[in-house]
Amino acid sequence: MKAGIKLVLLGAAILALAASALYLKRSDVYLLSLYAVYLMATFGLNLTVGYAGQMSLGQAAFFGIGAYVAAILLKLGWPFLLVLLVAAVVCFLVGLALGFPALRVQHHYLAFATLGFNVLVYLVMRNEEKITGGTYGISAIPRPTILGVDLNGHVAYYWFTLGSLVALGALLWWLLRSPWGRAFAALRDNPIRAESLGINITAYTLLAFAIGAACAGVGGVYFASLVEFIEPGPFHFSTSLMMLLAVIVGGQGRFFGPVVGTIVIILVPELLRSSSAPWLKFMQVWYLAVFGVGVVLLMVWLPGGLLSIPERFARKAGKP
Amino acid sequence: MGELVQLVVSGVATGAIYSLAALGFTLLWQASGTINFAQGEFVMLPAFAMLFCVLAGMPLWLGVLAACAAAMIVLGWGFKRLIVDPLIRHGVIPLVIATLGLSTFLKTTVRAGYSAEAHQFGSPFPGGVFRIAGINVSWADVGTLLVAGIIVIALQTFVTRTVTGRAMQAVAQNTEAARVLGIDVKRMVLYTFLINAVLAVVAALLITPTYLAKFDMGDSIGLKAFLAAIIGGFNQTRGALLGGVLIGVLENLVGFYVSPAYKEGVALMLFLGVILVRPEGLLGKVEERKV
Amino acid sequence: MSAAERFLEVRDVVKHYGAIRAVDGVTFTLAPGEIVGVIGPNGSGKTTLFNSILGQIRPTSGSVAFRGEDVTGMAPLELARRGVGRTFQTLQVFGQLSVRDNLIAAAQEFQGSMIRRMFAAPDAGVGRRADEMIELFRLGHVADLKAGTLSYGQQKLIDIAMAFMPAPRLVLLDEPCAGVNPSLVEELRELLVTLNRTQGGSFVVIEHNMDFIMKLCPHVICMVEGKVLAEGVPAEVQANRAVLEAYLGN
Repeated sequence: MKAGIKLVLLGAAILALAASALYLKRSDVYLLSLYAVYLMATFGLNLTVGYAGQMSLGQAAFFGIGAYVAAILLKLGWPFLLVLLVAAVVCFLVGLALGFPALRVQHHYLAFATLGFNVLVYLVMRNEEKITGGTYGISAIPRPTILGVDLNGHVAYYWFTLGSLVALGALLWWLLRSPWGRAFAALRDNPIRAESLGINITAYTLLAFAIGAACAGVGGVYFASLVEFIEPGPFHFSTSLMMLLAVIVGGQGRFFGPVVGTIVIILVPELLRSSSAPWLKFMQVWYLAVFGVGVVLLMVWLPGGLLSIPERFARKAGKP
Repeated sequence: MGELVQLVVSGVATGAIYSLAALGFTLLWQASGTINFAQGEFVMLPAFAMLFCVLAGMPLWLGVLAACAAAMIVLGWGFKRLIVDPLIRHGVIPLVIATLGLSTFLKTTVRAGYSAEAHQFGSPFPGGVFRIAGINVSWADVGTLLVAGIIVIALQTFVTRTVTGRAMQAVAQNTEAARVLGIDVKRMVLYTFLINAVLAVVAALLITPTYLAKFDMGDSIGLKAFLAAIIGGFNQTRGALLGGVLIGVLENLVGFYVSPAYKEGVALMLFLGVILVRPEGLLGKVEERKV
Repeated sequence: MSAAERFLEVRDVVKHYGAIRAVDGVTFTLAPGEIVGVIGPNGSGKTTLFNSILGQIRPTSGSVAFRGEDVTGMAPLELARRGVGRTFQTLQVFGQLSVRDNLIAAAQEFQGSMIRRMFAAPDAGVGRRADEMIELFRLGHVADLKAGTLSYGQQKLIDIAMAFMPAPRLVLLDEPCAGVNPSLVEELRELLVTLNRTQGGSFVVIEHNMDFIMKLCPHVICMVEGKVLAEGVPAEVQANRAVLEAYLGN
């Protein structure tokens, strides 16, 4: 019953988001598309970090790999859906490989291992000009036509992206509700105990990275087609950092945590950038500083993230 | 041959600076279990502090002293009090996240509040090179090595020869036992934070002439400090020294013989290799898996 | 040697830490359905012996065989797959999961392949068994709460219930009574007897609570300084002079 109401609300919210494109400015629709694209990556990162408890500061690298694979293949005229599949598989495999350090080290070591991976990928993007175009990047990336529907228009592409995001979200929801989700949580909460109960922590650790990476790769494909021009900049490790903070600010291990967190890292700064009110001008420059302090305060007072606020209140009210 | 020696010498000098930052890293970890992701910004801030002092007309030595004092208060005591103390009970990860936030805050503040440009920073050493045994050595490298060497030896002497230093070592090795022995653990941990702040100032003094003072200069040095610490062995102070020097030398060699474009990747490859083959680091001691 | 005696065979297991001989040549066997108690002063090597049997650490020398197969130093995961379960001396539950999810997590990996579990029902088909366990351990009122928020004693019960969820052939219990409310100790003993009768597994139990172990275990081993000092029916071991001295001497 209660779950039914939630589902209806969620459906209404998605429809409202879709309908809003008819009334919004072109630049705002673009912004919403960008939000949806980043959300694909942060959804995946939430599985890796929030559900399976593996630290990762390399999500932007997978986002970038997906974007470059898409840019190169789309320009060769490959069909979009095939490109999507290739990008997902490539990122899944690279993610699997990145999982191996996680079998040896944990926590902050892992943070640096994944960050290091991101820096290496960034260096390759910047230096291998023959493949990636170096700092000039790759331009004129086409938008797809799927089943005869031309998705070149900004509203059409937004709907396509939003629809894909919902499909990806549903897939992740289903996976996390299956016994796999529980195994990921067991790995996060207590790997030694999990192993003694027959949970194959090696397999689940690698899969947590691989699935999270595949989501970022998918997001990267939509990103490339959305912005139509890519260069290494957006895939710097500082983006990984922002993605991680999005997951944590929203509430790690909560399904809708990234939905909230990604607003804070993508929508708000972009809205500030495009606004012209004088006091907002001030915030344009100082936003990240405020955000940084916000993260520190959040860790001190609300380590469960913004979505844990209702729970916090419920617990306080429940105490005699 | 002369070329190789030259590269190694200047690599050791750069590596010595990484070692200083890495040393602070390992000291904090041993004493209090703190992982500071803002370590690079802890080098960047003193660089700007010294820059201000010099721009205000102070001689450099006075600027360094002023930066040391400010760093001990803000980056030592303030950091411990405001961020580490409230978070350390919750484990490593919340502190990692909080220091990531701190790093973002510090970078943005410098960029927004002062400047996004790179600023020249005068070297404390005379310019030019001299020839010895057929190779060119720059005075800056000699000066860097000298200062870093003095700092490391002074720190080592302090830790092994003084009562306070030994107490700090006891805390680093076994906090519980140290407490039972009546050592003021809190104070010793605070001292570690103060030392870390001073090490950051010295690292800033040595590295800024080449790196230039810029809001994001800490990204690279912070990363290398941590990588150096892990490569050498996180639970060993000597490890930080070895790791830093190793990175400095290899970077120079790869930058010259292979490709300058991938110079930045050297430390990372070395690091990935080490954690896959020997996660405890080259000089580190294995910590048994706890059941 | 009969098949029964070959169920669990621990032969001359030694574990050194540097110069310290934590376990110094322990040999014992266990028959199917048997319950053996392991007693001994603190630091006598009981938990190290457990960890050597369970693959958490690799013994320096000696061998462990389970149902005729050499399992010395085998990884905990492989042992779990062969039907060996355990509880830990310190609390080991999945803190963020509900009690019911903790129990399901304990058994789900034994239900089909990984791919099959991806498409299985959320409870992996062991939800009913989890509910039975919850009832047996009287955890019904907390079944939907996060395990990490419960009291020490409750978490201890969850820990034990988890070990029994996959119906293991052999369970090693490391101090099941430690930290449990004394009024619940007798209940816990009855629970273990019930589980032994209904599921038919064999148990090895480390415990300091003498009363508990004397009543539960028909066979008791006393370890001192890494060696087996005495072995036999509880009354015999309890009356053994050397055992008394070892305990009082400390």
